[in-house]
Amino acid sequence: MSSAPQSSPSPPSPPPGARRPARAGTAAHAETRPSRWARLVDSDLFYSFIHSPVTVLSALVTLVLVIAALLAPAIAPHNPFDPATLNLMDGFTRPLQANEFTGNVYWLGTDAQGRDLFSAILYGARVSILVGFAAVAFAALLGITLGLIAGYRGGWVDSLIMRIADVQLSFPAILVALLIFGVFKGVAPPALQDRMAVYVLVVAIGLSDWVQYARTVRSSTLAEKNKEYVQAARVIGVPAPLILLRHILPNVMGPVLVIATIGLALAIILESTLSFLGVGVPPTQPSLGTLIRVGQDFLFSGEWWIVFFPGLTLLLLALAVNLLGDWLRDALNPRLRR
Amino acid sequence: MFAFILRRLLQSVLVMLTVALVSFGLFRYIGDPVNNMVGQEASMAEREALRESLGLNEPVPLQFLRFVGNAAQGEFGMSYRMARPVADVIVERLPATLELALISGVGALALGIALGVYTALRREGWLSHAIMGLSLVGVSLPTFLIGILLIYVFAVELKMLPAFGRGEVVDLGWWTTGLLTTSGLKSLIMPAITLGLYQLTLIMRLVRAEMLEVLRTDYIKFARARGLTDRAVHFGHALKNTLLPVITITGLQIGSIIAFAIITETVFQWPGVGLLFITAVQFVDIPVMAAYLVLIALIFVVINLIVDLLYFVVDPRLRVQRTGRAH
Repeated sequence: MSSAPQSSPSPPSPPPGARRPARAGTAAHAETRPSRWARLVDSDLFYSFIHSPVTVLSALVTLVLVIAALLAPAIAPHNPFDPATLNLMDGFTRPLQANEFTGNVYWLGTDAQGRDLFSAILYGARVSILVGFAAVAFAALLGITLGLIAGYRGGWVDSLIMRIADVQLSFPAILVALLIFGVFKGVAPPALQDRMAVYVLVVAIGLSDWVQYARTVRSSTLAEKNKEYVQAARVIGVPAPLILLRHILPNVMGPVLVIATIGLALAIILESTLSFLGVGVPPTQPSLGTLIRVGQDFLFSGEWWIVFFPGLTLLLLALAVNLLGDWLRDALNPRLRR
Repeated sequence: MFAFILRRLLQSVLVMLTVALVSFGLFRYIGDPVNNMVGQEASMAEREALRESLGLNEPVPLQFLRFVGNAAQGEFGMSYRMARPVADVIVERLPATLELALISGVGALALGIALGVYTALRREGWLSHAIMGLSLVGVSLPTFLIGILLIYVFAVELKMLPAFGRGEVVDLGWWTTGLLTTSGLKSLIMPAITLGLYQLTLIMRLVRAEMLEVLRTDYIKFARARGLTDRAVHFGHALKNTLLPVITITGLQIGSIIAFAIITETVFQWPGVGLLFITAVQFVDIPVMAAYLVLIALIFVVINLIVDLLYFVVDPRLRVQRTGRAH
């Protein structure tokens, strides 16, 4: 069974479908190293990465934030959600200043309950990032699947999926997500709501963002399915699902990668927005958005740091991921490479 | 062109019916409408009477038709939480949102085009680089953070602007406006900036990209060869052709401005429909959610339609080759 377009008996010229986003110049090179990974970390992509300081910096910031968030239980000096470790006397400690009653010093200060903000931010970023990744994975899985099916099958399946996509696209993601959340609140028993909230959030954000993937994958699939390597696979009797997964999918992944990266930034922002609006994660499991919502109330009494540091973390995270996405889009876009 | 409009109209009706179906599904199947309307003490007979009067015993398709009929007349039943007709509440809240959306939309458009043109013409200037860099921050900055930042600077520290509410409003009978009082205008500034900033960056980047594209074309080179002044070339020839995609995007953005107003209105406690909707979601006030959904869908559909028609007015090429538009 042929595995990749390269190994199928194709015309002498380099495979026309391989790496649709402009690999024309390096396709011959790719033929000698057919591994998918080698083609992904193709030398000019890597070159463009190394030669863009902003991108390297964003990658670094993203990496540090993600690792710090994932390792939050190990790194955080306090467990912000263990009431036993909280000391109310520590409340409203300014950043890097000793508390006037207890003399304790906290890097980023504390909130009203004397919770260490640095720890709270680590845990909050953990929720934000996990929800963001999960939502993007869900949206991409759904969108890619539907896009592949719509593009390959055509006919009424295609029309139906794309009609639904059109209708949904005319609504902003936040509205769709809010609506799904509202429905969930109306349906689920109150006891379940807090425990299920994170999953519902993932589904809500994912469902609000699948259209992009579906549209992109569909149009790439339409272009790919008539190429020789797909026809060859069909002729030798490869079943349709296998053709989609092993032959077409690898060749439409370039644009998907870009959408997913930018989508991650959007998902993180959307999650924090929903949590800020009070319909996201439960207060027992605060994300960055929840921290900001709580901190906003203290702004008027001058305790700016309670909202400032979670906000700054969120901004850094979103900005870094956005910059990465921007770079990836430009790097994979053949029209910009002259 | 007529066929095209007809097809678009048909599509719009289809979208509206889909939304109505979702909205009807919300109303009919989430919780029991009767339970939500009467208190715990209502007797079985009272419940049955209400059920009958709401038509909940009839076949579901018939109920849906009735729902659509009522919705077309602006009738969405009673809000569970406020015990008032939903239509009344929405009409009361709508002016606040529309005023906010209009002001921030117009501001974003004007400033966005100006900045976009500037950054395209002075591509290498330091100010252009600064503006482009800031715009990226603007895209990554969640709306609510912008609002909080503004509140902290201008309301808490400088005490120049009110932090929440709409200020004094003037009642014009069917419309309340905050545009006629100083406190109303002052209250509008920060929410309008918060709401418009994202659209501003979007429009600016779009105008810049389009302008750069257009400036490379042959007819611009020809215009320069004819010895026209820079001003005539840039604004008479280049900008005109840049604005076409801007119209589409701006049109589509009006809808999302109204949706994003949910966030801005929450931050500033602005008494508009967005705040109404978010409270409805929190309290599972289904009739309000359903009505808001239909309202937003209607606004979107109408705007989409207008944008499509505007294309014919603005782009003469479309009028010549009528069937040529691939859609």
